[in-house]
Amino acid sequence: MLHLENLSFSVHNNGDSKQIISDINLDIKRGKLYGITGPNGGGKTTLAKVIMGILTHTAGHIYLDGEDISDKNITERANLGIAYAFQQPPRFKGLTVEDLVKIAQPKLSNLSVRKRMRDVGLCPEDYLDRDMGSGLSGGEMKRIEILQVLTRNAKLAIFDEPEAGVDLWTIQRLVDIIVGKYQNNPEAAAVLITHNRNILPICDEIVVIEEGRIKHHGHRDEIWPIIRDDIVCQVQDTCRGEEII
Amino acid sequence: MNLEELDKNLLNTISDIKDIPKGAVNIRKDGQAIYRQSSPNIEIKTGETGGLLVEIKPGTKNETVHVPVILTQTGLNDVVYNQFIVGENADATIVAGCGIHNDSHGRSRHEGLHEILVKEGARLKYVEKHYGEGSGTGQKVLYPTTKITVMKNAVAEIETVQIKGVDDTVRITEAYIHEKGSLKVVERLMTHGEQNAVSEIKINIEGQGGSGQILSRSVAKDNSTQVFKAALVGKNECLGHVECDAIIMDKARIKAVPELMAEDSNAVLTHEAAIGKIAGEQLIKLMSLGLTEGQAVDTILEGFLK
Repeated sequence: MLHLENLSFSVHNNGDSKQIISDINLDIKRGKLYGITGPNGGGKTTLAKVIMGILTHTAGHIYLDGEDISDKNITERANLGIAYAFQQPPRFKGLTVEDLVKIAQPKLSNLSVRKRMRDVGLCPEDYLDRDMGSGLSGGEMKRIEILQVLTRNAKLAIFDEPEAGVDLWTIQRLVDIIVGKYQNNPEAAAVLITHNRNILPICDEIVVIEEGRIKHHGHRDEIWPIIRDDIVCQVQDTCRGEEII
Repeated sequence: MNLEELDKNLLNTISDIKDIPKGAVNIRKDGQAIYRQSSPNIEIKTGETGGLLVEIKPGTKNETVHVPVILTQTGLNDVVYNQFIVGENADATIVAGCGIHNDSHGRSRHEGLHEILVKEGARLKYVEKHYGEGSGTGQKVLYPTTKITVMKNAVAEIETVQIKGVDDTVRITEAYIHEKGSLKVVERLMTHGEQNAVSEIKINIEGQGGSGQILSRSVAKDNSTQVFKAALVGKNECLGHVECDAIIMDKARIKAVPELMAEDSNAVLTHEAAIGKIAGEQLIKLMSLGLTEGQAVDTILEGFLK
């Protein structure tokens, strides 16, 4: 469905050029879940933003169902079926949770909006009218962000660190929803950018990106054993050695 | 009485009424009262000022009085001085506002002073919307002044809205709050083209336990200019807060001046002021949900001013 061909992105600053992602070749197929992982600053989020059209790649091509979408803007790519859940979603003063869900999916009935909210652990009574300004916690913002992407019914849904700031109980539920919606779905696929050792082993394929390049890519049974120890170590670094389930 | 289509449209925009509403109402058009109707609990008559004297009887519950003004005659300089008295323990809404239609090159101007007394234990919501329209280059000018006194244990909210079409406006709001009285002023403003808007709000909290709040949201587009001055004076043990939040676009200019004056060591007064453009992340987020850049801007502004 999505084919990345020799994809690169570099930034220029005061005459210096820095390569953020280099020569990425990747095929995303329908019905599969892809876990993208790797060290911080390795280029994972940049790759997601390039696919969404937020950043413009400096070399290579992006094909969606055979069509070169390299010149399409964000809106056009969204309408072609690409959706992206931000790592740090922006806040909107004056817009409510319901407003944003209805923007994401105008066809959704009020009943469906409420059901989808409950699915991601948001009680509609408490959250429908909540302002998307400063009153919501990071975890709440994240759940609303994931909810929006789930309602888009996109061909390709990219979730950028969906677990960040979300409690363990909710993340398990969100992962179950994502797996149920995209794994073996003949119409769609999902990409999860994650370090989570509970999420990566359930992805069909794992892609490890390091210093802007694909270091490993393959079936989970092949890649997970190689990276498992690194991932556990990284997670424990961020939580100062405490075991995370 | 039959209203013309133009009048109905203006009235609908400023007062959300499609025809003559039930209950107490006074419609002023081009300097003349064209319709007046009192209700059993709300009396409207001509006061000593020559303007309206609206008296809401003590204990009145959940009633609304509409006092819209419309200007369709070019070159008119309409001036009114209206008084409102909200009786003890009454609970009422006053819907004021002014709509100007000007298709010519001449200037239309409305200058209004509203003096409001909210008596002990009463609750009042006062809504004032301003709107201008018309194909000509004639200026649509509005100079409204609201003076409100909130007595002991009374609660009042003033909501003012000016979203479109007014070329020049100077809005003055002056308030006096007595013991345990409370007032919230909510202002929403959008200017575009070459428009100028000045809003000066001053709340004097005089009584012990009084509270005052000023919340302003504004958007300045094109070459328009806005000046917002919000002052809180705490003369007793009281609470006061000012919040002004503005989005600036194009070549617009905004000046926000929050001012706190405490004249009692138990006065707690705070303020927040922010001016900034629409964040790029917000636009990108909405575009990633399928909106065009223009639709994303409109959605953000609409939400901000909602």
